[in-house]
Amino acid sequence: MSVVAMTIAAQRSPAQERSAPSRRTRLIRPALGLIVPVTLALAWEIIVRLGWTSGRLAPPPSVIFWTFVDLARTGELQRDTLVTLSRVAAGFAIGAVVATIVGAVTGYSTTLRRLLDPSLQALRAVPSIAWVPLFILWLGIFEASKVTLIAVGVFFPVYLGLMGAIQSVDRKLVEVGRAFRLSDFAMVRRILLPAVLPAYVISLRSGLGLGWMFVVAAELMGASEGLGYLLIDGQQLGKPAEIVAAIVAFAIVGKATDWLIALAAAPFLRWEDVVRHD
Amino acid sequence: MLVLDRIGKTYPNGVHALGGVSLEVELGEIVAVIGGSGCGKSTLLRAIAGLDPASEGAVFLDGERIGAPHEKIGVIFQEPRLLPWLKVADNVGFGLGDRPKPERAERVAAALKRVGLADKAGMWPRELSGGQAQRVAIARALVPRPEVLLLDEPFSALDAFTRTDLQDHLLDLWADAKPTLMLVTHDVDEAIVLADRIMVMRLRPGRIFDEIAVDLPRPRDRQSAAFDFVKRRVLAALDRSLDRAAIGAEDEQKAEAGAAMWW
Ligand SMILES: Nc1ncnc2c1ncn2[C@@H]1O[C@H](COP(=O)(O)OP(=O)(O)O)[C@@H](O)[C@H]1O
Ligand SMILES: [Mg+2]
Repeated sequence: MSVVAMTIAAQRSPAQERSAPSRRTRLIRPALGLIVPVTLALAWEIIVRLGWTSGRLAPPPSVIFWTFVDLARTGELQRDTLVTLSRVAAGFAIGAVVATIVGAVTGYSTTLRRLLDPSLQALRAVPSIAWVPLFILWLGIFEASKVTLIAVGVFFPVYLGLMGAIQSVDRKLVEVGRAFRLSDFAMVRRILLPAVLPAYVISLRSGLGLGWMFVVAAELMGASEGLGYLLIDGQQLGKPAEIVAAIVAFAIVGKATDWLIALAAAPFLRWEDVVRHD
Repeated sequence: MLVLDRIGKTYPNGVHALGGVSLEVELGEIVAVIGGSGCGKSTLLRAIAGLDPASEGAVFLDGERIGAPHEKIGVIFQEPRLLPWLKVADNVGFGLGDRPKPERAERVAAALKRVGLADKAGMWPRELSGGQAQRVAIARALVPRPEVLLLDEPFSALDAFTRTDLQDHLLDLWADAKPTLMLVTHDVDEAIVLADRIMVMRLRPGRIFDEIAVDLPRPRDRQSAAFDFVKRRVLAALDRSLDRAAIGAEDEQKAEAGAAMWW
């Protein structure tokens, strides 16, 4: 036993030495990434202030900031953000639910996969924006067609991610479930679900990313409110700062919703973060 | 009593992995199955476990025919196969899902203490060393108090120190409730340290070629002359089992098919 303890101790020390510098780099690395954008922004600000250029088409950071504040003060920013957010939420909910159902059955049943997957793969090959005219003909130019387009965008990554995750569940762990005589339901709840969850969360997050992409497309093609409308408005009235402010709002809300999913899933995925000690 | 009645296995792809293995194992006996790789050891164990039922013959435990995993049969695989999303304690309690919570907690704690990992209860499987993980797997299999414990090369992925440590530990645990142990291994020392009987298997189709009783008192000294004597007998039997000439006439066809591969 003591010999074993000694060999374990001997194996452990080099690993700890290796982990020490990595902790330092982990703190430095994000700061490193900020250098370029912050320098560029500062430089642009100074160049405009010095009067070397008017900055009319590319407003400096301070102008963008004040445009952002003004839009928020009138309440326009909040209203547009809310409209866009609710479109994404509706599209994401529909797309994710349908994708989860279809992904689960095709991942579970080979027959259903052979039946459905080829058609879905063919549909996936169509660039989703190409559906827009058809959706507008079918559903009108208002909310329904926008939400449908977003749902289509969300559907594919979630469907593919979940189906793939179910298929690649470690058969050896499923066998542990069988050895302990789990019922079908218990097998799903105690083995398949937890095994699939990490990949499923990733697919939801990339689905959400596409949802945000598609809401921009949908709103650019005709909307009277929403962040995408703010983009068009800024373009037509020649207000680049408004465009950039809308882009910033997109980035913030997009990142926040992504972070919400990650946060909601975190308690179930804690086991993933653990680093091996030996 | 565990009874194997002419178990045969032909896989759907046509591989004739087992050809009529018969064996009777008394309650509390430790039987080691040894043989070259691919001779059907895992196939045999999986048939007994009910994970991959035999295509011919039958397995009986206390007169009951086994065709699917059974609560009296526990399995330990070559890898620990712990569920990475469950803490160590929940892994150990995995097979007690139907018991009330206090009883579960009590039995898990006792089992973890018994394998010397009480302080690891709240850890994730990834935080364990290979030997610790396999000890957790042993605890998980023993906690439902199986009558038969099947082990498929349980220590072969471990380093030599950890391996001998776990062999001794397994015997120690076995002494608590004395379940029947059936252990597949390709490590002759391991078979002799643990087993009352060693079944030497032969290839294509897998069947029992020789049976060697190990009449040494426990704990067994790996360095003793008696140990060495048994070891030489097992090695000789293994040698003969691999010898083409020893393959009986009834297998001529198979032998020819095998020989064809050398040309
Ligand atoms: N699921 C399977 N399908 C087809 N053939 C298999 C399968 N599992 C094992 N075999 C074949 O059966 C034979 C015995 O395999 P196995 O029982 O794993 O041997 P061992 O455990 O003694 O190394 C081998 O020839 C192997 O290739
Ligand atoms: Mg094997």
